[in-house]
Amino acid sequence: MRVIARIAEWFDHRLQLAAPIRDAAEHPVPRNTASWWYVFGSAALIVFCLQLVTGILLAMVYVPSADEAWSSLQTLNHAVVFGWFVRALHGWGSNFMIAIVLIHMVQVFLFGAFKYPRELTWILGVFLLLMTLAMAFTGQVMRFDQDAYWGLGIGASIASRVPLAGPAIVKLMLGGPIIAGATLSRFFTLHVFVVPGTLIALVCLHVLMVLNLGINEWPMPGRLVRRATYEREYHELTKTDGAPFFPYAIWKDMFFAAFILLAVGACAWYFGPFGPTGRPDPTIIQTVPKPDYFFLWLYAVLSLLPPSLETPALLIGPVIAIAALLLLPFLSGEGEKSWKRRPIAVVTVMLIAIMLGTFTHLAGYAPWSPHMNAWSGDPVPERLLVGTTALQRQGALVFQAKQCRNCHALGDTGGERGPRLDGVAVRLTQDQLIRQVIQGGGNMPAYGKNLSPAETTALVAFLETLHPAGQAPAREAARDVVLGAGVEKRASAKP
Amino acid sequence: MSNETLMTRRGLFMKLGIFVNGVVAAILAVPIVRFLLSSVTLGRENAYTAWVPLGRVGEFPEGETRLATFRNPYVAPTDGKTADSACWVRRIEGDQFQVFAVNCAHLGCPVRWFPQSGLFMCPCHGGAYYRDGSRASGPPERGLFEYPFKVEDGVVTIQAGELPTPGPSASAGEHIEGRPPCA
Repeated sequence: MRVIARIAEWFDHRLQLAAPIRDAAEHPVPRNTASWWYVFGSAALIVFCLQLVTGILLAMVYVPSADEAWSSLQTLNHAVVFGWFVRALHGWGSNFMIAIVLIHMVQVFLFGAFKYPRELTWILGVFLLLMTLAMAFTGQVMRFDQDAYWGLGIGASIASRVPLAGPAIVKLMLGGPIIAGATLSRFFTLHVFVVPGTLIALVCLHVLMVLNLGINEWPMPGRLVRRATYEREYHELTKTDGAPFFPYAIWKDMFFAAFILLAVGACAWYFGPFGPTGRPDPTIIQTVPKPDYFFLWLYAVLSLLPPSLETPALLIGPVIAIAALLLLPFLSGEGEKSWKRRPIAVVTVMLIAIMLGTFTHLAGYAPWSPHMNAWSGDPVPERLLVGTTALQRQGALVFQAKQCRNCHALGDTGGERGPRLDGVAVRLTQDQLIRQVIQGGGNMPAYGKNLSPAETTALVAFLETLHPAGQAPAREAARDVVLGAGVEKRASAKP
Repeated sequence: MSNETLMTRRGLFMKLGIFVNGVVAAILAVPIVRFLLSSVTLGRENAYTAWVPLGRVGEFPEGETRLATFRNPYVAPTDGKTADSACWVRRIEGDQFQVFAVNCAHLGCPVRWFPQSGLFMCPCHGGAYYRDGSRASGPPERGLFEYPFKVEDGVVTIQAGELPTPGPSASAGEHIEGRPPCA
C-alpha cells in the first residue's frame, strides 16, 4: 500500500491535480439537490461517453465510402463478433442521449435553473442540444442505406430553399452535384471530428460552470432570484444546509448512470441494431424513406404544412425557436424559480410535448401518404356488390382499377389521404360526385383526363350505392322540382 | 506625450508577431477556403452537367411512361452505385418526350408512376402529379422537374448531372410545368 501511495504522490507532485479534483468532488451543494430530479445531466454525460467508446469501436470496421459503407455495415452486423451489438449500443445510445438531453432541459427549465447567474450554462446547453441533434442526423447518414440517401435528398431540398445562396449551400453540403461519395465523406467528417470535438469542448465548459456557479438549489415557491442578493443567498444556503457533492449526492447519479447504461444495453440486446435498410442505389425507387424516431415529428410537419407556408416555416421557424431558447435567460433571468408559480412555463412545456408527441404519432402511420400498393391488393368488398346493377358493378371495377383506394378507405381498407367512401352517397349528390371525380379539388387530383365518360358514369353509379342501410342517398331538391317529381309527390300527399 | 502611448520594444514585437501571423493566416486561408468551396465553384463553371444517353427511342413505347437509368456524368471513383440515377421517360408520340426527375419537387423523395390512375405519387409527404408532370395535389408547390432532352440518331439524350432541388435556380428545375421542354 505504501508503494502505491508513494507512486501516487510522485505523480501528483508533478501533475498537481489531486487538490483541484478533491475540491470539485467535495464542493458543498444544497442538501435538497441530492434528488432523483438532478441526475439527468450526469446521465447525458455518461451516455455521451458510451457513444464515444462505441463510435471509436465502429470506426475500426466502418468504411466511409459511398461504394463500401453499406457492405461494411453488413460486415459489422454479420461477420464481426458482437459487431451487431456495438452497432445496436451506438444506435440506442443515440436515442437515449436525445431523450435524456430533452428531459434534462425540461427539468432545468421547470426548476428555473437557467436564471441568474446560470444564463451562459443554459445557452451552452442549447448548443449542446443542437449538437446532439446534429450527431443524430449525421449519424443517420453514416448508416448509409436508402433512408440515409433520401434523407440527404430531403436535407438538400430544404437547404435549396434558402434565398439566393440555396444552390451553393446544396453543393457545399453534398460536396458535389449529387449525393455521392463526397457527401458521405463530409458527413463522416462532421459526425466523427467536427461535431464531437465541439461537443466535448462545450460539455467541459458546461460542467465547469456547474462546478463554479454551484448546482441550482431546489426551487421554493416565493423565494425569488435577485441579481443583487442571489449569490450571497446561495452561498449561505450551501453553508447552513449544504453537503459535499461527493459522496452525499453522487450516489444517485451513479445509480442512475448504471441504470441508463443497463437500459441501453438491454434495448440493444433485445431490439438489435438499426438497419441498414436497402442498398443506397438511387435507381431503386421502390422505397418509403422515413427519418429516425426523433425527427419523425418534422416529417409530419413537412407533410401537413400548407405549401405556401412551408418555405417560410422551414427557414424562419428554426431561427425563431433557437432565438427564443437563447433569449430565455435574458427575458426571465430573475424572479420566481418554482414551476408551481410559473403556470405559463408549465403550459408551454405541456403544449410543446403534446405537439411533438402528436406529430410523432401521426408520422407512425402517415395518413397523408397514398397507400402505394393498395391497387391490386384490396378488392371491393363483396357485400357492397349484392343486388347491384351491371353498371354499378362496372363502376366497382373502375374504382378498383383506378387505384381510388390508394387514398380512400372502403370497408376498413385503403388509404387515409382522402375521406372514407363508405357513406359517400349520403354526403354528395350525383352531380357533386361527377364534379369531384372529373375536376378533383380539396387536395384530390382531377380524373377527367383519366376516365372515359362511360367509366365516370359507371364509377358514379357505384359510388351512389355507398350509403348505410336505411339512410337515403343525398339528392338535389332543385332537380326534383325541375323534373316535376317533387310537385307530383306534394300533390299526392294532399288529402 | 504620455507614457501609455509610448511603444516599447516588447510591445512592438508583440504587435509585429500578431501582424506576421495574421498575414500568414490570410495567405493560407486562400487555398483552404477555395478547397472548402471547390464543389460550389466547380458548379458555377457548369462542369457538372452533360448530355447523357438514356436509350433508343424504340425502348419507350408511345403513350407510356417508363423508368430509365443513367450514370451521372460527374463521377468520383468511390461513388459506386450512388452515381447512378433514375428518371421517368414519357414518350408522348414520335420524337416528343418528357423526361422527369424521380425526385419529388417537394423534398426530393423518389416518385413512382401509376399507369392505372395516371399519376405520379410520392411515398414521403403525399405529393401527386399528373402524367404531364404538373402538380395534382399534396405539398409540392410546382410540377415535377424536367430534364432538357434531344433525340439524336434515334437515341434519347438528356442534359443531367445535378440533383434537382426545389430551390430558386436548380439546373433541372428551369423547365416550369406547362412549358414544352426544349430539344
